[in-house]
Amino acid sequence: MLDSQREAIQYYPQNARKLKRGHSAKYIASCIEEIKNELKQDNMAVKANAVAKLTYIQMLGYDISWAAFNIIEVMSSSKFTFKRTGYLAASQCFHEGTEVLMLTTNMVRKDVNSANQYEAGISMSGLACFTSPDLARDLANDLMSLMASTKPYVRKKAVLLMYKIFLKFPEALRPAFPRLKAKLEDPDPGVQSAAVNVICELARQNPKNYLSLAPLFFKLMTTSTNNWMLIKIIKLFGALTPLEPRLGKKLLEPLTNLIHSTSAMSLLYECINTVISVLVSLSSGMPDQNASIQLCVQKLRILIEDSDQNLKYLGLLAMSKILKTHPKSVQNHKDLILDCLDDRDESIRLRALDLLYGMVSKKNLMEIVKKLMVHVDKAEGSIYRDELLSKIIQICSQNNYQYIINFEWYISILVELTRIEGTKHGHLIASQMLDVAIRVKAIQPFACKQMAQLLENTHLIVGTAVQANGICEVLYAAAWIVGEFPQHLLNPRHTLDAMFHGRITSLPGHIQSIYVQNIVKLYSAIIHQLEEEEDKEKCQETTLFMLEKLPQFTASAHLEVQERACCIIQLLKYVNKLLDKDVWVAEELTGLFEGELNPVAPKAQKKVPVPEGLDLDKWINSPPSDDSDDEVTIDTMFIHDANRVNHTPVYEELSEEEMEKRRAARRVDQANNPHYLKDDKRLKPKKKKLKDLAAENSTVDSIPVAEIDLNVPLHVPGISVTDEYMKKANLQTKKKHRKKHKRGKRGRRDSNSSDDIPVAHKVDIVEEEMPEGADLSDHDGEDERPADDPHRALDIDLERPLDEGDRLPVREHYEVGTGLKLLDKSEGAPTEKPKRKHRKGKEEKSGKSKKEGGKDKKKKKKKVHKETEGVSKQPPEDGESQVEEPNLMGGAEEEEEIKVNGVTEKEVPQTQDVEEKKEKKVDETKANSTNEMDDISYWLSKDEEAEKIKPEEINDAQPKETEVTEGSKKSKKEKKSKKDKKKDKKKNHHVKEEYEQVGNGETSNPTSDAPATEDPQPAPIPPMSSYRLLAENPSIKMTYETRIDPKQTNQVVISVIFSNLTSNHLKSLEFNVLDSLNTKLIREIGASTHDGVKVPFQLPPSATNEGQFAFTINSINMSQKLRGTLTYVVKDDDGSTSEKLDFKVHLPISSYVTATPCNSDQFARLLSGGDLTGKSSVTAQLGNSEFPEVVARICFHAHLGVVERVESTVSLYGRSIQGHDICVLIKAMPNGSLSIDGKSTDASLISNFLDEIRSLGS
Amino acid sequence: MIKAILIFNNHGKPRLAKFFTHYNEDDQQQIVRETFHLVSKRDDNVCNFLEGGTLIGGADYRLVYRHYATLYFVFCVDSSESELGILDLIQVFVETLDKCFENVCELDLIFHIDKVHHILAELVMGGMVLETNMTEILTRIEEQSKIEKQEAGLSAAPARAAAAVKNINLPNISTSNIHLPNLPSFK
Repeated sequence: MLDSQREAIQYYPQNARKLKRGHSAKYIASCIEEIKNELKQDNMAVKANAVAKLTYIQMLGYDISWAAFNIIEVMSSSKFTFKRTGYLAASQCFHEGTEVLMLTTNMVRKDVNSANQYEAGISMSGLACFTSPDLARDLANDLMSLMASTKPYVRKKAVLLMYKIFLKFPEALRPAFPRLKAKLEDPDPGVQSAAVNVICELARQNPKNYLSLAPLFFKLMTTSTNNWMLIKIIKLFGALTPLEPRLGKKLLEPLTNLIHSTSAMSLLYECINTVISVLVSLSSGMPDQNASIQLCVQKLRILIEDSDQNLKYLGLLAMSKILKTHPKSVQNHKDLILDCLDDRDESIRLRALDLLYGMVSKKNLMEIVKKLMVHVDKAEGSIYRDELLSKIIQICSQNNYQYIINFEWYISILVELTRIEGTKHGHLIASQMLDVAIRVKAIQPFACKQMAQLLENTHLIVGTAVQANGICEVLYAAAWIVGEFPQHLLNPRHTLDAMFHGRITSLPGHIQSIYVQNIVKLYSAIIHQLEEEEDKEKCQETTLFMLEKLPQFTASAHLEVQERACCIIQLLKYVNKLLDKDVWVAEELTGLFEGELNPVAPKAQKKVPVPEGLDLDKWINSPPSDDSDDEVTIDTMFIHDANRVNHTPVYEELSEEEMEKRRAARRVDQANNPHYLKDDKRLKPKKKKLKDLAAENSTVDSIPVAEIDLNVPLHVPGISVTDEYMKKANLQTKKKHRKKHKRGKRGRRDSNSSDDIPVAHKVDIVEEEMPEGADLSDHDGEDERPADDPHRALDIDLERPLDEGDRLPVREHYEVGTGLKLLDKSEGAPTEKPKRKHRKGKEEKSGKSKKEGGKDKKKKKKKVHKETEGVSKQPPEDGESQVEEPNLMGGAEEEEEIKVNGVTEKEVPQTQDVEEKKEKKVDETKANSTNEMDDISYWLSKDEEAEKIKPEEINDAQPKETEVTEGSKKSKKEKKSKKDKKKDKKKNHHVKEEYEQVGNGETSNPTSDAPATEDPQPAPIPPMSSYRLLAENPSIKMTYETRIDPKQTNQVVISVIFSNLTSNHLKSLEFNVLDSLNTKLIREIGASTHDGVKVPFQLPPSATNEGQFAFTINSINMSQKLRGTLTYVVKDDDGSTSEKLDFKVHLPISSYVTATPCNSDQFARLLSGGDLTGKSSVTAQLGNSEFPEVVARICFHAHLGVVERVESTVSLYGRSIQGHDICVLIKAMPNGSLSIDGKSTDASLISNFLDEIRSLGS
Repeated sequence: MIKAILIFNNHGKPRLAKFFTHYNEDDQQQIVRETFHLVSKRDDNVCNFLEGGTLIGGADYRLVYRHYATLYFVFCVDSSESELGILDLIQVFVETLDKCFENVCELDLIFHIDKVHHILAELVMGGMVLETNMTEILTRIEEQSKIEKQEAGLSAAPARAAAAVKNINLPNISTSNIHLPNLPSFK
């Protein structure tokens, strides 16, 4: 370790010591001075040391962004040690908004591509912490290639880093996805796990796009033993199952097996979790569903009973998930959960509380609440007590008081809760009291009496300290209830006295004003009563009492209190005068407070329906139409943004017609009912069944009742205690006593007067009012993610095959040139770069013209996109159009495309020619994605067919699938019976699967071979095969073809079909090739160049199988011939003999080329641009074959795509895996020969390539 | 995803803070304080999971922590991570530290904070778990320190000697080791 670093280390303890002494700020300031000096020195070691110190200081909370420049300096050091220090500092303090980040692009690029894997490693780790959109865009391509690095350490990091790139640069997702997917099957477990990790993260946010990966993950799940990865996969399945119930069914069995077999608790727990989500997603009707639920609950019980608190906690967490759908199974374990309430760990108690919420029923509500009340008294710490309190209220009030059978009991509970000291939930209790008293008419007399008791005992509630939102809030409710329903009071005058009693003026203002108001209400009720009794003396006495007591409020600091008090005093004086004159005033007085309040639903305002004929989007006044420039912005403000239109600006006025309509409606309403609007339709009187009660009460007695130890006497004289209700209810059912309650005055329908239903307490719950015609359904949860969530942008369709838009930006030199030049270069489209701020300087240098060019280019590309969409929305016309979009994804697909492209430009008419082509392409891509989706349904339905469960859904899918595969042919097959069809489908499918599995490179990019196979040729082209003979002897035959992955720049795969020609068993096949400098066989890790690659299968008699072997290649500009040997063992009756077969693999240049779609415009630009420096031309004899046939053959074997065909001239385009553009022009000469001209970026490549084409042509 | 990794001692002094989402320094300190407040008042025999604080995360996030002697190791993770898995990861992290520092104690973390960061970088990258296999992690760390030693070369030798002498007179902050592995691993 360096001297300087040792110093840095010495620094830390001092630092810590001084900090303890409280010198921190001063001390740190002096340190920073010192560091600043060190940073000024030239010695890199000193600088690195200073940066290391800064990292420490940053941890202590000091901003070090001022040193960002120096950090970058250290990062760029050539020494690993310093570099690492620099990257560490950067990862700690750089972030997206750090401006100097733009300076790092090239340095980071150099570092990630470093030959030293650890240098690459630290830079990637650092980058993962400070990726910015700019960096992500610029480095995406480098990281893509690093994902294919030969070092697993680098691959692993690159894969993980890609996730960060996707977040900042969503456009990278589609092009990178195939490779990412391939990494799921990487030989290195670390890389595999990283890929799983990334895909899980992606899929968690947008699960529907990743459904197609389910089979792959399923395979991984059943084969892998890496618990960490299994957990991730299982979690991912948990996210996928809600989208595809069939997947859930398929998962149940392996998951159940895992649950039984695994010893790792973490894995067990995740399995249970996923099984739960599977069961949730399955609509009932599965016969073995109950078994699975039972298994889960059983296992969870084991977890909860475990002594390990962690398992207990998680067990409860998972239980709550089951609870939502299968409450019954959980309710069986009520004992366990109630036990958890006694746990010493608060988080566990809170979890258990959550569970209780879902476990209550009419039967056990009283019992559970009673238990909770005991806990409230025992609870230490106000937070937990408050939590308990709010939970009790939540449990009782849930679902519109669904589980409460006796509201007297509930009111008593609420009153009991007011005895809790220091709670913050006074307001909650108060609102419950109000709600119940208003909405449950039958309870009003009881509530009123209880509230009167409360008011008489205010000293108990208010105590010494009055705090906001404290328990004193309940007085608000009490005062209001007493004032509103004075007719139920036993002794109104007594209550009135009580309300003036105590330290009311120390209550919060809003409570005082309620007091004042309700005192008057109460007073008027008393006067009313007294006048009926004609007790004039008492009337006057009461009035004088009021006049004497009220003035204490007129001096209140709270405006409202003061104002009300003053008004009322004046009123009372007047009343007093009238009373002196023997005038009866009760009528008038009560008239002041007439009318009833009806509860209005909180959402009522929102749900007022838009009246018919009212168009909120319509302009009421025509928009301002002056010629000023502002007009444009106003237009875009309102018309451009679709979301915005819905919000009608507040200042908009209603048209006269509308106003009239509304007024009329209001008048009708008012005429009908001046005071309140009743909505009778929705009244649902609550009833209680006898049976429930009986069952409930039989258990109550057996509960051990703990004595409550309270400082405050719980039994306030006159206040009933809840226990009595339980006893009462008990007694009631035992005797089958029928208790009948007087219904409230405004009691509802006669239907609840049916006397044969005995209830503890008959209850009417008044429904909250809603405007007429309001939509009752709740659909408020539309927006789940915030608009700035990066995952929104990652909602990208991954099934759609890659097209030219899906390229990662590749590094390029900035050219000083005209806009036109740039346009030319853009042909390949990978260079598409949005403008960057920090390059502004450079761009300005290169002149405005370039900028414009860039813009043009961008526009053009968008147009193209738009067009594709436009076409894709048209009803398809040709044969393939019969392919129906699978409803799984199809619908969403188009939307996504739009989202991705976000095109706003208007469509521009293009030539018919191009359009047709597009159409074709779109259809193909459609068909392709359909296929992929059908693969999933096939994979999913396979199971079901085996089980002989054939839901109609699958049957429907079958003919569809047949159409998919046979599509345009419309052959006789369609007439075949359904049975045959099914067979066909299966066969087809296997073929297809094999093809895809094998196809790796080319088929993953279906557009690439599209022009070859979909050649718009009327003349039939003889079938062609790209398989060539590799070698043959009497016992074995090998044919092969080459394949490439367009995203792998230095790899080619040869796929060899081995056919066993003997009637013996062939085994131990080993494939070896003599490596050349340029081309090397990829062997197992650690194998020497002389070792062969084992063929992963044996060959039974006359069997055929296909194996793949990958080669790395450096340069692709000439064809390669590699010598190799296949060794194998023939096993016959006599024993085994070892044999060998020599062969030569020919890798022509064409094997590195892919047909890439290219339209004639792009082609022309490419040719006129100066990049294609390599030129070559050859002639060939046409021979016997026709020109179109020859062209098709060339296209097929040389992997070129047709750009344009004009009579006997055809232009072809292809791209090598290393990015060479290859343009070929073929002309049929009148003399029967072919003239072939080629242009490419590499001269030797094109000349060798044309030689190959010549041999193909003739 | 892991949102943050914090190590602080029994007094709430930060010993390592790694945030995978950006917070400014003041927020970071606030988060450390808040987390310490949440974690420190819990007994050692209660569960190791905690609903996240208000500053970091929200409903989707939870704190998974372990307490070793004088240090708290706290991971703030979202719902995509398995809680038990993260507990395991903390154990791997601490065991790796123990191997690298030979009986790791709080002092090691103060002295070699950079090294601790480098070790952590082999486990977690950008908030995602990179490697859980301890042998693999140790190999990588080993190889990197080899490079470091090569670069330092001979010139570092005297410095090392001097530092060793200095170390002897170091103040005694807390040398109690983290004591591994004294907790029941959940297998």
